[in-house]
Amino acid sequence: MIRRTIRNIPQERTPIPTQEPAERVRNFAEVTLGYGLEDARREAERCILCPQKPCSIGCPVGIDIPRFIEKISAEDHRGAYDVLAESTLLPAVCGRVCPQESQCEAVCVVGDHLEPVAIGRLERFIGDMAVAEGWGGAADAAPTGHRVAVVGAGPAGLACAADMARSGCEVTVFEALHRPGGVLSYGIPEFRLPRRTVEAEVAAVQRLGVRFEYNTLVGRLFTIDELRDEMGFDAVFVGSGAGYPRFLGIPGEALNDVLSANEFLTRCNLMRAGEFPATDTPLRVGRRVAVVGAGNTAMDAMRVALRLGAEEVHCVYRRGRAECPARAEELAHAEEEGVVFHWLTAPVEILGDADGSVRGLRCLRMDLGEPDSSGRPRAVPLAGSEHDLEVDMVISAIGTNANPILGQTSRIGTNREGYITADADGRTTLAGIFAGGDIVTGAATVIQAMGAGRRAARSMRAYLGIVEPADRDVSDQSRPRIFGIDERQRTFTRIRVA
Amino acid sequence: MHEIVAREDFSPTTFLIEVLHPRLARVARPGQFVMVMTHSEGERIPLTLADFSPSRGTVTLVIQAVGKTTFEMQRDCLVGGSLHAVAGPMGKPTELGQPRTVVCVGGGLGVAPVFPIARGLREIGARVIGIVGFRNRDLIFWQDRFEAVCDEFIVCTDDGSAGIKGLVTDGLRAAIAANTVDEVIAIGPPVMMKFCAEATRPHGIRTTVSLNPMMVDGTGMCGGCRVSVGGVTKFCCVDGPDFDGHQVDFDELIRRLARYRPEERIALDHWQAALAESAAAVTPASAAAVAPASAAAVTPASAAAVTPAGEARP
Repeated sequence: MIRRTIRNIPQERTPIPTQEPAERVRNFAEVTLGYGLEDARREAERCILCPQKPCSIGCPVGIDIPRFIEKISAEDHRGAYDVLAESTLLPAVCGRVCPQESQCEAVCVVGDHLEPVAIGRLERFIGDMAVAEGWGGAADAAPTGHRVAVVGAGPAGLACAADMARSGCEVTVFEALHRPGGVLSYGIPEFRLPRRTVEAEVAAVQRLGVRFEYNTLVGRLFTIDELRDEMGFDAVFVGSGAGYPRFLGIPGEALNDVLSANEFLTRCNLMRAGEFPATDTPLRVGRRVAVVGAGNTAMDAMRVALRLGAEEVHCVYRRGRAECPARAEELAHAEEEGVVFHWLTAPVEILGDADGSVRGLRCLRMDLGEPDSSGRPRAVPLAGSEHDLEVDMVISAIGTNANPILGQTSRIGTNREGYITADADGRTTLAGIFAGGDIVTGAATVIQAMGAGRRAARSMRAYLGIVEPADRDVSDQSRPRIFGIDERQRTFTRIRVA
Repeated sequence: MHEIVAREDFSPTTFLIEVLHPRLARVARPGQFVMVMTHSEGERIPLTLADFSPSRGTVTLVIQAVGKTTFEMQRDCLVGGSLHAVAGPMGKPTELGQPRTVVCVGGGLGVAPVFPIARGLREIGARVIGIVGFRNRDLIFWQDRFEAVCDEFIVCTDDGSAGIKGLVTDGLRAAIAANTVDEVIAIGPPVMMKFCAEATRPHGIRTTVSLNPMMVDGTGMCGGCRVSVGGVTKFCCVDGPDFDGHQVDFDELIRRLARYRPEERIALDHWQAALAESAAAVTPASAAAVAPASAAAVTPASAAAVTPAGEARP
């Protein structure tokens, strides 16, 4: 094979077929349609298979990215899947929802000169093929006899459950809702992550022997302490997420048609309100909707509102476009679909009429000042800039807090905000109880939660005395270290900011 | 899936089901609620526990058919059938506290969930005065059960056909006049709880109410159930459902409970139309028996099934 160089690879990134904006705002079908065989083969040619693999270092679960791409070039799709499966059980999900532009693709060597290799699209291609072919899911380890409980069937819990099942443990996942997936089911809309994709990847986890118990609210039906002390589980992983919505704290929040993005999205995604009255849960959508916040959740809520018939959707965000925390693709799609963005704008009051309905959102214009504690520029209100947006629905998408139920019902250590205290390897203040994902870090990404679930699984194996298989890499500990220095701190690869 | 092991109908719209769920029955406490789904794609409705029996391994729910889901339950929840999901116990249990004199007030469907609280108070040695309200004598249920756990029991009916003629607030005023009352626990339609709180406010009697706002998940995830208590926003599902009745903004609660009224109407009409169609396709004669004839008279409030929304008391 001719050695690939920047000069001899296809120069242009292979485009991904996408529904036209005017058409897709009227349906819930997927916006990006995925690579075909030829698209994937061509895009795989763009990876120069560089030996330093900065992309793998940029991946929170440490996927051996050049190796799976090389398998695609060789048209060994099953082999490519097996490489992915060493590190992730949910490639069809992660290929769709990971912020690749700030992870693997941010450090791609090809990206120094051209558009980086479309790693996420290739991962999705293999993930979808695995779903179609029913690959994956065979437990390969001999049973250890250990029983493991996982609290929460979201990304962190699924990752931990899969790893422990593959290590020969008997794993039970307890989920408060009636479906698995956590934020993948209640939060991310169908047009970005179809339900059948989540179901298929959860089915792969089930094939590993993992049992799921739904409608089981841990903390109320039984506590995490009881799981370990009375119910016979040898170790417990808590990945309950941080889905406890924050509200703005401004006047008018109790008005009808002021709701959290969580409620709006849960009604639509988990409860299928878009099909009401064929389904039972309704969701009223305003004619003119304001969404406060500009993260991925805000983008999802705005795009759902458009699809459910809102005539105008406004995004109100106190910082600028450059500070927008959403995934680049989601922001671009929202702009294409006609969302009106009000950057550097902060809401100060929700205006209501006599019957308690929303009639407007009073805002101030902002200027950016010195960085605040989060490192982002502080938004400073401009005097005399008060103005009203005429809207009849306000959706708050400004983030989440820790759900207090687990902390209130367990002796587990939590911090001042109620998040569970855990070290980088997921060890909590209680022996045998591990935690990871949003309930430890606060709201983050799907893949970061999966990474945390996998690191906790590794700690759990050490705690249970399960011998580590040589070929199972879990990010941090397995990364090469030279003179005690982590590979990531040695690399000179530039990190581009998307 | 949770099997239904008993059913009892109290009126043309009110019925009881006893559901098998041993793990839940063991840990449930007075004042807690469950989220129920009738089928895998159904809505999640909050229902306050009317009873629970660790020995039988069951929980008991009392339901009033007011919206699509509750009418569907009335039709389908028969002995031998099952509920798709019963998740809980949700919410904080009612604080039973120390032995003292407590008045337990139940109006409409609040009668059922106030019963385990009265019993719990009796078990800790409190003096319990029970007050329940119904429109007329035919709708009264569980009188024997209340009498067994209450030191004093007052029935109020709108038409005077049983007990004293009047609303539960009339009974409450009489109880306060005749006793030194330390606390009042009131469960029922929001407007009833509001007036109970107003009745006790001048006397400075601590008054606990169990709120029933709309909920989607019941675990703290949606925030749809937020209520204003003393000017502070609380999530009913996690912080409640019990709150200080003197601090609750009931007008806000009542307004927020109405926000899906039009859709609740649509859901019920859609279901009844589908039912009539399928019944007509089989045997035209049986259609009338299947479709709930009294539906039009009731206001649908499916997400607030604890409250008999059509019944404005007082």
